Amino acid sequence: MAYEIIESCVNCWACEPLCPSQAIFDARPHFRIDAKKCTECEGDFADPQCVSICPIEGAILSPFGEAANPPGSLTGIRPERMAEVMAEIQAR
Amino acid sequence: MELTVIGQTAGEAAEGGCSSSGCGGSSDQLSHLPEHIRAKVHNHPCYSEEAHHHFARMHVAVAPACNIQCHYCNRKYDCSNESRPGVVSEVLTPDQAVKKVMAVAANIPQMTVLGIAGPGDPLANPERTFETFRQLTEKAPDIKLCVSTNGLTLPDQVEELCKHNIDHVTITINCVDPDVGAKIYPWIFWNNRRIKGRKGAEILIKQQQKGLKMLTERGILVKVNSVMIPGVNDAHLEEVSKVVKANGAFLHNVMPLIAEAEHGTFYGVMGQRGPTHGELQALQDQCAGDMNMMRHCRQCRADAVGMLGEDRGDEFTMDKVENMEIDYESAMQRRAEYHASIEANREAQKQQSGQAFVALSSLQLKKKETRPVLMAVATSGGGVINQHFGHAKEFLVYEASMTDVRFIGYRKVDLYCSGGDSCGDAETTLQKIIRALEGCEAVLCSKIGYEPWEQLETAGIQPNGEHAMEPIEEAVAAVYAEMAGNGQLDEARETAQLQIGA
Ligand code: SF4
Ligand code: SF4
Repeated sequence: MAYEIIESCVNCWACEPLCPSQAIFDARPHFRIDAKKCTECEGDFADPQCVSICPIEGAILSPFGEAANPPGSLTGIRPERMAEVMAEIQAR
Repeated sequence: MELTVIGQTAGEAAEGGCSSSGCGGSSDQLSHLPEHIRAKVHNHPCYSEEAHHHFARMHVAVAPACNIQCHYCNRKYDCSNESRPGVVSEVLTPDQAVKKVMAVAANIPQMTVLGIAGPGDPLANPERTFETFRQLTEKAPDIKLCVSTNGLTLPDQVEELCKHNIDHVTITINCVDPDVGAKIYPWIFWNNRRIKGRKGAEILIKQQQKGLKMLTERGILVKVNSVMIPGVNDAHLEEVSKVVKANGAFLHNVMPLIAEAEHGTFYGVMGQRGPTHGELQALQDQCAGDMNMMRHCRQCRADAVGMLGEDRGDEFTMDKVENMEIDYESAMQRRAEYHASIEANREAQKQQSGQAFVALSSLQLKKKETRPVLMAVATSGGGVINQHFGHAKEFLVYEASMTDVRFIGYRKVDLYCSGGDSCGDAETTLQKIIRALEGCEAVLCSKIGYEPWEQLETAGIQPNGEHAMEPIEEAVAAVYAEMAGNGQLDEARETAQLQIGA
């Protein structure tokens, strides 16, 4: 089982040096994870490192094919509150 | 009223190493610093208000990864703490970066400072950053090194920084209160975990202040950058200024938030506005009471090559650099000669502007109170008015008053607008320029076309092409004297232009 980087990746380099298994590589159009090498960070870290630093919601999929950082998880704003927060910010 | 006549203080200024009229009198930004620190900043284009006319810095993008998220940043592009948003630099290996720096230094003797500022956080990529510094210290000892960081891992890197003998560090500090921080930084990466919200901001703030103190204790100069975000940290930055000064920062630079939806940043997409020129200036004035403010930061592009704000990057792309033969020994000789001639020039200009200020002092004899005036200047460097109005991508703004001429800041015109309702695609470039120059009553340039002339006049900004090739401060003083002589400055300006955004 392995994590997977998909097309919303912005090639920011943050994950690459952190991978304990050297499973991540610089590829175009976007970075990739070598599924054969990815250990899900088992035995090295409590949290998968790529997932813990990736700045883009949805760019990394969990072994179950779900967004490892789902919408709202990184901005701290749940999708249903988006319009409200936007109005607050625009009133500044 | 006491009048500062720069001509009278020239001797003293020469001793202190601060030689521009812009540094004179009440606006001398360096005079409070100890001699050894003043010497360090003397030729640094980012720190010395006057040196930026003559010297330049460059950045190399060797550090792509980042360990925090700022709401004004889009990771597709370079870090906006130190560079313009919406710009992508080619990421270089340390070896490539060293080659590029030496090629530029050999060809552009003005280049005296090399900075690593991203696109990510240089200290989140310590091997790449330090490898670049190590090689440059050895191969090009006449180049000053500096580094910018968000501060998160700074305390752990201080020892290593000291080894490389880096004497300038910039930390971007937007807050000292974690509740404010939580609105700017949604998360940080810390001890191999993602830490969100207030808790993350609290760790970041502690690390920043700790790193700042550690560097100061070791005699390394620290400048603090803050991004002014209206409604988030604008009221808080005065406090930030006090705290960072107490912890040893020698300069505080408040930069405006630049947020546009098309940059794809959180703030841009959410419609967070940036400050108006007036708000920015008012805050800089408030903070100036606590500490030395830097007003001439232009938020240079991270890989800008050439004089500050003037980009010669195309001449030094990696494929061109790979094919250059560089004899750095002889280049270093040429550089030294060039630097000596610049020094002589600065000395000469100082003498000239001294005369200008004596002339200005004659205003006082008329015993007339005249109000201060903002003027915009088009220049491509060298400290003189030497740019065509239509070629200017930015203007330098000076405030002339009865007592002195002081540099206030930059207004960019082509790439960004400062937000606001009137900002739309329909706006012509000229209209944008006029809006960018709000508050200014004159614009000094080497030449100007008929059409812009008319429109500027209509907008209440007097174009002036009579001082081409003259030193800036001297020309501004002369125009001020002329305005005063015509009785234009006896009353407060009718429009609210001087209080914009207040
Ligand atoms: S989960 Fe861990 S091992 Fe797998 S790619 Fe990400 S960092 Fe590497
Ligand atoms: S951290 Fe995320 S966005 Fe950045 S390179 Fe890795 S997968 Fe792509």
